Amino acid sequence: MRFMRGLVVGLVAGLLAATGASAQDVTLSVAVSLKEVTEELGRTFMAARPGVTLRYNFGASGDLQKQIEAGAPVDVFLSAAQRQMDELGKQNLIVGASRRAFARNALTVIKPADSRVDITKPADLLEARVGRIVIGSPKSVPAGQYAEESLRALGLWDRLQPKLVFAENVRQALDYVARGEVDAGFVYTTDAASRAQGVKEAFRPPDDSYRPVVYPGAVVRASKQAAIAQAFLDLLSSRQGRSVLSRFGFQPPPAGAR
Amino acid sequence: MSPDSISALRLSLQVAVAATALNALVGIPIAYALARRRFWGRSLVDLLVTLPLILPPTVVGYYLIVLLGRRGLLGAPLYNATGWTVAFTWYAAVIAATVMALPLLVRTVRAAIESVDRDLERAAYTLGRSELRTVLEVTLPLARNGILAGLVLAFARALGEFGATLMLAGNIPGRTQTVPLSIYTAVQTGESAEALGLVAVLTALSCLVLIAANRLGARAA
Repeated sequence: MRFMRGLVVGLVAGLLAATGASAQDVTLSVAVSLKEVTEELGRTFMAARPGVTLRYNFGASGDLQKQIEAGAPVDVFLSAAQRQMDELGKQNLIVGASRRAFARNALTVIKPADSRVDITKPADLLEARVGRIVIGSPKSVPAGQYAEESLRALGLWDRLQPKLVFAENVRQALDYVARGEVDAGFVYTTDAASRAQGVKEAFRPPDDSYRPVVYPGAVVRASKQAAIAQAFLDLLSSRQGRSVLSRFGFQPPPAGAR
Repeated sequence: MSPDSISALRLSLQVAVAATALNALVGIPIAYALARRRFWGRSLVDLLVTLPLILPPTVVGYYLIVLLGRRGLLGAPLYNATGWTVAFTWYAAVIAATVMALPLLVRTVRAAIESVDRDLERAAYTLGRSELRTVLEVTLPLARNGILAGLVLAFARALGEFGATLMLAGNIPGRTQTVPLSIYTAVQTGESAEALGLVAVLTALSCLVLIAANRLGARAA
């Protein structure tokens, strides 16, 4: 009897401890390439607003989009491409008035830092000395979608199929290159900079071979903390936000982009 | 069913059959040694062979990468000698499935061998048979149902392997995307019809396998 009582008390205590949600929890679904920017701006944001806790959900923008469509309780969505935001907009899942573009990025092809394989132009990827190439899975990773677009435009997509390895998100692609599991990979310039010891840039695909990498952000319509969510978006677009973005290698969004 | 799904099914069956065969080759001798022999390091072997059953698949996947990745303990010499790595190939999927299913095979076969009447083995020895012949002609045939049950369980485990496979072999349609990985991707990308089809097939297969294992296990008793 004593044992049973102890067990029940223990279970209840455990369950209570497991909740612990605070009054002002704001969840952000963020494209993983924005990880460091979000964490830094988040610290500033929380310091200025005691009582607010930001929770980050990093991943590939396509996966994050599907989660929101499935009803994930998220307040803000920061995407690495307009496509995913457009899809949510069509389904009326974001607050249209809050949507704005806040940054721009560029693709680069990287290789392991200690690689001695000569890769200086796109056509080099066809050479036998380049074994495996990683890109984000085009099904759900914007970096992979841009990479496919670029490779198709350059006429290399079909011939490179046997060499391609797919990653679940752009940071996993970066990791595969840094670990030396592949000979080359398509990531953003900002990702390459974040892992300067492990990778080096081989070449940048021509700008006109893929659409501009524009990052839109928006408040999710079902958000219960819309005001705080909007405040975070405002911080992203403010001078302070632009300065942090620029320090991590992001460019300002193209004029007129949403 | 889409061509990707069909190729995932085909790949899963190939990987599971190969992994089970490899497990039989490696696992039955280990099971016999653990059941019948005393040797130095016996507890260590027992521990290592049971570990994949307890460890999270991603932990096993991590160790496999450390061992077999391009810069791994075994992978680096292999790469330097041949220019080839196992990661992201079909072989990696087989290795991951083999390692994760090995404990099931070894434990089941070991129990089956331990339940064989030792007097029958001793009788074979007194009649002049070597240990190897005794094992092949007396012990294993008597443990046959338990061995089959072990193989069937190992096959089922190999069929359902996900975590270690994802880490070592990656998720590449047509090459390493087995059915569990395919279901994962289909759910991630919102392809519910695809996911449902694959889930139905895998559930049916697993039920069949479990029924078979139970029948064999009951006959062994």
